[in-house]
Amino acid sequence: MLNYILGRLLTFVPTFIGVTLISFGFIRMLPGDPIIVMAGERGLTEERYAELSAQFGFDRPLPVQFWEYLTGVLQGDLGTSFVTKRPVWDEFFSLFPATLELSVCAMIFAVALGLPAGVIAAVNRGKFFDRALMSTALVGYSMPIFWWALLLIIVVSGTLQWTPVSGRIDLLYYFPNPTGFMLYDSLVSGQSGAFGSAVRHLVLPTIVLGTIPLAVIARQTRSAMLEVLSEDYIRTARAKGLNPSRINGIHALRNALIPVITVIGLSVGTLLAGAILTETIFSWPGIGKWMVDSIFRRDYPVVQGGLLLIAVMVMIVNLIVDMLYGVINPKIRKR
Amino acid sequence: MTETAASPAPPAEAPERPGRLREFWFYFRENRGAVAGLWVFAGFAFLALFGPWIAPHDATEQFRDFALQPPVWQEGGSWTYVLGTDPLGRDMLSRLIEGARYSFFVGIVVVSVAASGGIFIGVLSGFAPKWVDTIIMRVMDIILAFPSLLLALVLVAILGPSLTNAMIAIAIVLQPHYVRLTRASVLSERQKDYVTSARVVGAGRLRLMFITVLPNCLAPIIVQAALSFSTAILDAAALGFLGMGAQPPTPEWGTMLAEAREFILRAWWVVTFPGLAILVTVLAINLMGDGLRDALDPKMKRS
Repeated sequence: MLNYILGRLLTFVPTFIGVTLISFGFIRMLPGDPIIVMAGERGLTEERYAELSAQFGFDRPLPVQFWEYLTGVLQGDLGTSFVTKRPVWDEFFSLFPATLELSVCAMIFAVALGLPAGVIAAVNRGKFFDRALMSTALVGYSMPIFWWALLLIIVVSGTLQWTPVSGRIDLLYYFPNPTGFMLYDSLVSGQSGAFGSAVRHLVLPTIVLGTIPLAVIARQTRSAMLEVLSEDYIRTARAKGLNPSRINGIHALRNALIPVITVIGLSVGTLLAGAILTETIFSWPGIGKWMVDSIFRRDYPVVQGGLLLIAVMVMIVNLIVDMLYGVINPKIRKR
Repeated sequence: MTETAASPAPPAEAPERPGRLREFWFYFRENRGAVAGLWVFAGFAFLALFGPWIAPHDATEQFRDFALQPPVWQEGGSWTYVLGTDPLGRDMLSRLIEGARYSFFVGIVVVSVAASGGIFIGVLSGFAPKWVDTIIMRVMDIILAFPSLLLALVLVAILGPSLTNAMIAIAIVLQPHYVRLTRASVLSERQKDYVTSARVVGAGRLRLMFITVLPNCLAPIIVQAALSFSTAILDAAALGFLGMGAQPPTPEWGTMLAEAREFILRAWWVVTFPGLAILVTVLAINLMGDGLRDALDPKMKRS
């Protein structure tokens, strides 16, 4: 087991360096000299340009610059935003709770509906329920989520007036944000109505972001269940006269969960990509919106640092999933 | 999916093209969803090819006096603009038909570029010495570590926002999937006896790679191609929606949605139809892809 973990960690290192190299390379490939972009309309004298260039280290050879960038990254130094002048690292972690809160809610939504849907479909294979559920799942899987968001806004926020259109909480409520998790903060603040407002703001983004993972989980659960249900030990359990719901719910589902857990883990990338669209549409102040805004503002250090942090996060989650997989399924460790 | 149809030994020994095609069609036809998807896709391709001759109006012509006219079945609609007009008075139906052309083009170009590049690298990786293989796979891991839409977004920011650059970015992002898939099937095919015998007979390395092995790896790649066709359309629309894809006044469906966003609470049709077009197209392609997978995957045939 230890060997397996060490082996996985070893492949992590070159990938990490590669990801750093890519995000480092991007800022040098972007059109326009970052220093000139930063100066904006005012323009620069040549001395000032040379001074800034030395300050950012752009005058040194590229390998040296990369080495400094890499050592900086490892110490949590990702540079400073051109626009807000705050360290990228701080900005990322002040916005991250918003994205995390939304992603976790979306994932709970997806698992809570996707798992039962997949199981029901598998148990009723070929019957009406199976077809209806799987057709719905395919529609969800094919959904352009930015349009889905707009539709929900039209119907739920527009016609029914049930939920607000954007943001995380009504402007009415204000409290210092100690954790950044709005659900928790609003509950702790003790202001009446604050928690309800936070929940209402969260509903539509959660549905939008959770739709594709929901469809993927439902489809994956169904096919994993079908595979397990045809195994011999299930037939034995049936022959023993066990109650069918016990067979499906415990004997089959437990083994069907293994591939499903992988899919859930791999959805993290999908969630972060989806967060870009969802957060932009609902003006949700998280990482996705921050990245899109920074790309439009040409705030290069932010684009560079954000890209790197997101990629590293996806890599860490994939690593954890791989290890969990090794724990659950001993066959994999042996390879 | 009947038991009897699959039980005779598959005619792998005499792989005559029409026979294979007929076998494929036999299985494909059984999946009604896939056939429906095929029909919708055929309609989509037809619109893409002949759109300008079918559309009632020019897609960019602005009928200023008829801005934001609702569709025909709603109060104030007219048969001149069947699906209504957008805020600039352009005919929605004509723009949607014209948009089919862009999405189709995106799908074709992205899939061809990503697939041909990915297959080539994948076959190379499957046959190359271990260290080359490791390097290639690490590079693919690195690309896959970035969420695809984010990477595409940053690539477009570097290249400059346009439909062509969006297509390049999406192709780069989709390519690693082909590399992995091709490599995996090449590695398993390479072990088989027919490859050894071809080598013994004296087939050169290139011949082994592309003529002996590759055709036997194509089934999963074809399925992947169908599925990434829909991913390409979705991603291009998403980039267009974020203002990083096709630029206005191009009637690309995602770009149309972005332009219509501020009117969502006033004119539902300018938002509803472009998205519906994306959904129906993507859904049809995914249905087709599922059918392709079932028809091409011998394991599924017996289930």
